[in-house]
Amino acid sequence: MKRNNIRESIVKAGKGLWGAFPLILGTILLVSLIITLIPKSFYVSIFRGNFITDSLIGSLVGSISAGSPITSYIIGGELLEQGIGLIAVTAFLVAWVTVGIIQFPAESFILGKKFAVLRNLSSFVFAIIVAILTFLVLSLI
Amino acid sequence: MGNAWKFLTMVLGAYLVLFFIDLELFKTSLSFFFNILEEVIPIFAFIFVLMSISNYLITQQIVLKYVRKRGIKKWFFVVIAGILSAGPIYMWYPLLADLKNKGLSYGLIACFLYNRAIKIPLLPLMVFYFSLKYVLVLTLITIFVSVFQGIIINKFMEVKK
Repeated sequence: MKRNNIRESIVKAGKGLWGAFPLILGTILLVSLIITLIPKSFYVSIFRGNFITDSLIGSLVGSISAGSPITSYIIGGELLEQGIGLIAVTAFLVAWVTVGIIQFPAESFILGKKFAVLRNLSSFVFAIIVAILTFLVLSLI
Repeated sequence: MGNAWKFLTMVLGAYLVLFFIDLELFKTSLSFFFNILEEVIPIFAFIFVLMSISNYLITQQIVLKYVRKRGIKKWFFVVIAGILSAGPIYMWYPLLADLKNKGLSYGLIACFLYNRAIKIPLLPLMVFYFSLKYVLVLTLITIFVSVFQGIIINKFMEVKK
């Protein structure tokens, strides 16, 4: 198969990124808004102390959160200190980086709605499964 | 106006409302925005270079040659690529869409995105907060689940090989 020449390759890359530009800019603006609106204290206040509901809450809150994973580690550490269970905290950490409600519009437009829905839903469920598996393995070793 | 521009317009509209409702919150949000933008611009440039190289060197035949391999080789490659990728997840969407058009399956894309949860530069910080044993176990389980998710997504998206 014939390769594109260099100029065509660069132009095609530029067009591809330009098409995504409003989505990426909008997503960054949205992420900044969420980071500003949700204080860190919110995360500690929402857990109930029941490992089943807290795992769901952890995955749900992680899913709608945005920002650097470093923030999730800091919050996760604080949650552990407050007595929140490891499964809930792990579900929160994993969902934070694998589920993207804020990024969903961009993912949906660029990669397809069906894929975006499927990936995010399954990542939400898997965040809880990963958390449970991690807890079980740590209990055994 | 395309949907992408409509989305941006809606977000800008939200900022306009915030400007009138709470000026301090507006300024804080904008400050976060510029901080993120400053970090994202070099990644944007890197993705542009990657996409240009991909367009020049990687044809559909080459992608299909590697992703049609039976066994774990293609999953291994995608897991490593996901772990090594940097920057916000949404920066990678255009490149992944480009590779998808050349034959990369949805399952492999999902596997790549899931492994972005493993951030090697941040592992020491994670160890500090949660312990080395925890981080090692979580990392291995994440890799395993990412491949499982990819296989499931391929089945649901009905990707023909």
